[in-house]
Amino acid sequence: MSAIPKEEYLFKCTSACAGCSSSLCLRYVLKAAGPDTILVVPACCTSVIQGMYPGTAMNVPVYNIAFGAAAACASGLSNAFEARGEKTNVIVYAGDGGTGDIGIQALSGALERGTNFLYICYDNEAYGNTGMQRSGSTPLGARTTTTPGGKPTVKKDLDRIVEAHNPPYMATACSAYPLDLYKKVKKALSIEGPKFIHILAPCPPGWRYPAEKTVEMGKLAVKTGTWILYEREFGKLTINGPSKTAMKKPVPLEDYVRGQGRFKNVSPEIFDMMRQQVEQNIQRLSREEAGVC
Amino acid sequence: MLTIATGNKAVADAVKAAKPGVIAAYPITPQTEIVEQIAEYVTDGELASKYVPVESEHSAMAACIGASAGGVRTFTATSSHGLLYMHEMVHWAAGARLPIVMANVNRALGPGWNTWAEHTDAFSQRDTGWLQVFVSTVQEAYDATLMAFKIAEDERVLLPVMVNLDGFALSHITQSLATVEPGDFLPPYRLPHAIDTENPCVYGPMTGPNDYFRFRWDIERSMRDAKGVIADVEREFAERFGRSYGPTEDYRCEDADVIVIAMGTLGKEAEVAVDRLREEGIKAGSMRLRWFRPFPDLNLAGKEVVVIDRDYSFGFGGVVAHSVRSKTGVEPYSVIAGLGGQEVTYDDIAGFVRDRHPGKEMWFGVSDHV
Repeated sequence: MSAIPKEEYLFKCTSACAGCSSSLCLRYVLKAAGPDTILVVPACCTSVIQGMYPGTAMNVPVYNIAFGAAAACASGLSNAFEARGEKTNVIVYAGDGGTGDIGIQALSGALERGTNFLYICYDNEAYGNTGMQRSGSTPLGARTTTTPGGKPTVKKDLDRIVEAHNPPYMATACSAYPLDLYKKVKKALSIEGPKFIHILAPCPPGWRYPAEKTVEMGKLAVKTGTWILYEREFGKLTINGPSKTAMKKPVPLEDYVRGQGRFKNVSPEIFDMMRQQVEQNIQRLSREEAGVC
Repeated sequence: MLTIATGNKAVADAVKAAKPGVIAAYPITPQTEIVEQIAEYVTDGELASKYVPVESEHSAMAACIGASAGGVRTFTATSSHGLLYMHEMVHWAAGARLPIVMANVNRALGPGWNTWAEHTDAFSQRDTGWLQVFVSTVQEAYDATLMAFKIAEDERVLLPVMVNLDGFALSHITQSLATVEPGDFLPPYRLPHAIDTENPCVYGPMTGPNDYFRFRWDIERSMRDAKGVIADVEREFAERFGRSYGPTEDYRCEDADVIVIAMGTLGKEAEVAVDRLREEGIKAGSMRLRWFRPFPDLNLAGKEVVVIDRDYSFGFGGVVAHSVRSKTGVEPYSVIAGLGGQEVTYDDIAGFVRDRHPGKEMWFGVSDHV
């Protein structure tokens, strides 16, 4: 951790919920990016976290934009800075709804155009800002305010959608592994072109677990193999340390699911499907890393 | 330089002269020719702009917002459904006080699919905070686009400007065009509130009722100031390049008993109708409405008025007719004509004047006076 700079770009006056892991991630993202950075934020929890006009909890410029528009707005910004002959980090920091649902067209367009920017999706697996409605990223069986009986469909595989665009760098990360995230942001920003990092960001009110367990929840996601940490550099997959260990001998999925109110009363059939999905993902990525696919 | 061009080519040539930092656009009929022509200029090295070929109009305006906030001069073009698709971002651009210039080639809205001229697309953006000008010739499309940058970027305005030209009736017709070397008429531009990492600020965060209300008032104050800025810029343009414009283009209005008010190409057609009517002894005049926002002050005292609307607000009436009535107290004869590109000749316009019924509304070719 000593490699991480002491400078703070996210002050201690945010309006985040207790135990908010996405604001924790934002703190490390900005430490990695440094002061010559512009953050583009669509409607999401970060719209609230940064505070209310005229105050701000942010020590870098933040451009707030409408829900579906972040990647396109960043594309314009990135081009404006190139037109000005200046080199500045343009980073989108968007939730899962603004990325995988309403924002996916703009994200796809920006990736396809080769926009020089870093797109970060912090994924709390629901529309947290508006009160925990289901998003395309909500996993199978999770109860949200619009899926009170549990989501009947599986989580949209955003990473495979992004991967299909062949960006030079993409990675997954998790709020419980900040050093891993820090390094990935550093590496992403050293590469020209479109970069994408998908962070799993557990959410105490949305997932219905006690705020103090937010790091533990992230670790369990990785240790159970529910969330796999990897990087894909110019198409080549590398599974990162914590997931390598987890994928050999995953912690039982029950340990992750049991602690979350959103999975309360999940039927044995749904739980079985959840377990099969985790196994399939582990196998798919293991095969790919071994060059067998 | 004197040349022959379509309305679309004229807009592209004006954009080339304005040298924007970023152009973001999505092709949609009938504006496609504008973005094709600009792409050619950029590819051939005649225009050193960043050209961002986006995947939708929502993204086109979002990219323009990012680029303009990044401090550079910014342009896009759209039409019809494209404009409606970017509606959310059209509001955002004005609210964020960004001097983006957009050409909108006026076209009807589906269903059914109709690519021909109508002003409903632009009027659907009436309350977004954009300035809107409607042009009637290829030359005016060029001149208005150049002036739009200067008006939008004036610190008393800092609002986006939409240059409207009729689909096909102007976008695809050819007329002579005199292009200019703008020189310092349009100096290199940097937005005063451009994003600056040396001075980090948040843009568009959560805003409470009091501050939000003040921001809205600031937009209205700038919209009012824009009238003076438009006059200044149009005066400077006339002095430099010899072509003058105003909030309206008045033709034989001084001694007229009856005045035709229309916008775009129909407004130009009305001038021919006026000549025809004068030959018959009817003292007619034409007042072509150029600026729709800010809405000009019209002096119609003692005149009869015939308003031609190439638009309609369902359950209410012609938008221009009602605007004229509410601003002047004059009860016009409201003619709804030219929807979906319906042909309206100067003979037809002369007929509207001859057969006028003040206070009544008539849908040309469809209904009698009601």
